[in-house]
Amino acid sequence: MTDSYVKAVNSGFTKTLAKKLGLPRPAVLRRFRAGDPLTVGPVLVLGGTPGVADDADRVADALLGWDLDVRQNADDSTRWGAIVVVLTEIARPEDASPTVLALAANLRRLAPNGRVVTISRAPADGDDPALAAAREGVDGFLRSVAKELRYGATGNGVQLVTSRDEVPVDAVSSLAALRFFLSARSAFVDGQVLRVGSPVADVGVAGAYWDRPLEGKVAVVTGAARGIGAQVARTLARDGARVVVVDVPAAGEQLTTVANEIGGTALQLDVTADDAGARILEHARARHGGLDVLIHNAGILRDKLLANMTADRWDAVIAVNLAAQVRISEHLLGASGFSAEPRIVSLASTSGIAGNRGQSNYAFSKAGVIGHTRAFAARLADLGGTANAVAPGFIETEMTASIPFVTREVARRVASLQQGGRPVDVAEAIAFLASPAATGVNGQVLRVCGQNLVGR
Amino acid sequence: MATRNPPVPTAGAPAPTSGAPRDAYVIGGNRIPFARAGGKYSRASNQEMFTAALEGLVARYGLQGERLGEVVGGAVLKHARDFNLVRESVLGSSLSAQTPAYDLQQACATGLEAAIAVSNKIRLGQVESGVAGGSDTVSDAPIAVSEGLRRALLEASHAKTFGARVKAFGSVRPSDLAPLTPSTDEPRTGLSMGEHQAITTARWGITREAQDALALASHEHLAAAWDAGFFDDLVTPHRGLVRDQNLRADSSLEKLARLKPVYGKRLGGSPDDSGHRDGPEPTMTAGNSTPLTDGASTVLLGSREWASERNLPLLARVVDAETAAVDYVHGHEGLLMAPAHAVPRLLARNGLMLGDLDFYEIHEAFASTVLTTLAAWEDDEYCRTELGLDGRLGSIDRGRLNVTGSSLAAGHPFAATGGRIVATAAKLVARKAAETGGTTRALISVCAAGGLGVAMILESVHSTDATA
Repeated sequence: MTDSYVKAVNSGFTKTLAKKLGLPRPAVLRRFRAGDPLTVGPVLVLGGTPGVADDADRVADALLGWDLDVRQNADDSTRWGAIVVVLTEIARPEDASPTVLALAANLRRLAPNGRVVTISRAPADGDDPALAAAREGVDGFLRSVAKELRYGATGNGVQLVTSRDEVPVDAVSSLAALRFFLSARSAFVDGQVLRVGSPVADVGVAGAYWDRPLEGKVAVVTGAARGIGAQVARTLARDGARVVVVDVPAAGEQLTTVANEIGGTALQLDVTADDAGARILEHARARHGGLDVLIHNAGILRDKLLANMTADRWDAVIAVNLAAQVRISEHLLGASGFSAEPRIVSLASTSGIAGNRGQSNYAFSKAGVIGHTRAFAARLADLGGTANAVAPGFIETEMTASIPFVTREVARRVASLQQGGRPVDVAEAIAFLASPAATGVNGQVLRVCGQNLVGR
Repeated sequence: MATRNPPVPTAGAPAPTSGAPRDAYVIGGNRIPFARAGGKYSRASNQEMFTAALEGLVARYGLQGERLGEVVGGAVLKHARDFNLVRESVLGSSLSAQTPAYDLQQACATGLEAAIAVSNKIRLGQVESGVAGGSDTVSDAPIAVSEGLRRALLEASHAKTFGARVKAFGSVRPSDLAPLTPSTDEPRTGLSMGEHQAITTARWGITREAQDALALASHEHLAAAWDAGFFDDLVTPHRGLVRDQNLRADSSLEKLARLKPVYGKRLGGSPDDSGHRDGPEPTMTAGNSTPLTDGASTVLLGSREWASERNLPLLARVVDAETAAVDYVHGHEGLLMAPAHAVPRLLARNGLMLGDLDFYEIHEAFASTVLTTLAAWEDDEYCRTELGLDGRLGSIDRGRLNVTGSSLAAGHPFAATGGRIVATAAKLVARKAAETGGTTRALISVCAAGGLGVAMILESVHSTDATA
């Protein structure tokens, strides 16, 4: 499950050879380790007008509160750990120019594994056309910048929603999204624009919060015996949650290992069972006193060209990947099963966004996940909760290790980061969406794909 | 100090009473699927299997890092190096390394006797929690050297000179070099357990058809329980085995009837020229006898307070237990008839009649073991003369017997059987009590080599406080 190519082009003789030959050289990505600094260097905040207390200043103030070295004036020598581009106040297409060009002037000094994060406002119904044009423009700009970055640096955007009321740039969820994109937790998230709305719940964020955001929460992870699910369980436990790991009885041996590693409890259960929701709820309540976070991760592949598709292959994929998620979520909402501020994060896939040959069943199920996520989002918002989805691209797992070599190599290199992600990259995105501070992120699909070429 | 459940009066019998200062409860259990000897666990040791069963239990109940009162278990076929089998398993588990443990062995009753030992300590307040269980492997059984070679080796190790060492081996005969495989034959009679049971079977006139029907029911019940997900929270797969390997869901009376008898063939003497035997026809086959099996099981027991503090469920209260032994060497009682003695004593002490139980978990060493035990309880004279009762103990409702299958289908890794049955019976009473709201009881009985038999009664926890 390791990408030996990444290792080869980053060390020893093969590194020199790859350089000489001009081969693509995917970087070794910096990933979260407790105690490491948030960014690899000082943070440059661009945008706004000097001498006016504006959004750029508010962002800079917030960053200072995280003990970062924050600058609002560029110099010619600093290697930036991150550049935050504040474009919330542009009103016309022409307004972006000074900020964009300031980014251009500093881009070459972005450190390896550095970050570019744009903060802008989402277009809204009834926007003045010039305003809408300017706001929409940021989206295409950010995605292009991300494709130009090298050495493990990524570009992502925080897009503040303006429809209901204007979300402040320093609202808890705005900052949580900014922090996620700045950090090593978003190592394989690239070229993504995440919409952040008004917080649906009142959350206090202070002090040790960022280390253990899920302290005191009870989380259920389905399909947790191996791969992405096991890593999600580990990551939620690291962030402070008590975790119930769920998988089919046949996977009980690996499930035991995961549960005992993270101090969680194992529940052997087929998510397609009619009473799966009731059994999950009963276990979480009886053993942990409630249920705060539900991660719909369990999923299967039964690839076949549609012309060769059989009922068992189609039906099994829909049952596990999609219908079970809907049934379990419905049960929890119907049974008032959730504690305050419930969170649901479901596993979608880039296949569900862009389609994939031989995966019509899988793509149906994963696009369906996006559908129910949006539908549940409104209902959860009423409870002070959220429903979101994460769409992984190519992730190095036992499952993808079985893909033929050439297909696998292509899948890895067509992303801007020129490599596959790791299960922990998906897990970090899920942990972020499950965290209390992400309360304003609702009904969203966050891709974890290294900016794979397919889809949006 | 805990308050016991209020006694719930039931028709026809006073509620069981117990003089124990407080109660012990079955919280749950975990075992690995049982494998046929030489099958999936052929390279697994007792320690590996018991640790796996323990790890599954820890994962199910979130006991990582927990210091339990004790872990008690054992193995019947055991290597000398496994002198601290259970403690070594604890050290290899996710439990706190400060959890004490000891090995206990009582042949096939090892697991059940361990559950008695742990629950008694809980009842006395000496521990708050504990795990009882056992493990056995026929595939990884110890192989010993002959007595002659063993003596020579010991003598040589004590010898002080080279000459004395050489001399020590002088007495070794070629035949001493053959390894000794472990035997489960009764040391005092030289008869295998099957041959002993064949005598008992013949004495009680248990038919081949009745034995095959019981074996078939065991397979059918176990298969149905697996299909219904009954074992989802009782079993954790191991080494890729997800169900009991011995289970034959497609068994039938016809298939069982085709098997040749393996025990009791000598009882009738040799057939004469016309093929006629004087004695009874042998009836015990591989189909209605338990196969050699590998596996391990565990049961989690605790006090009400201990469970409550950890949000753990109370499946059943351990009411009482009784161990009996029979004189099969000098007397005329059958080797595996001790449970027939233990059960009436246990019932009497608790003011219960045989019919007061909702579930009967009678270990199926052989189909005929169950059937001879039931026949004995229905026999007026036997009950009066052998058991000292006023008359027959009674009959049981066969619909309540081994309702999720037993050893004939699941297999019988000797020391692991008790834990399998206790966890199963506890779940059965908890489930039925939740459905009916009434008090539900299970009787467990396990026969063992050496003329031993152990019985236990479990009772549901009052529904209002089933979850502590």
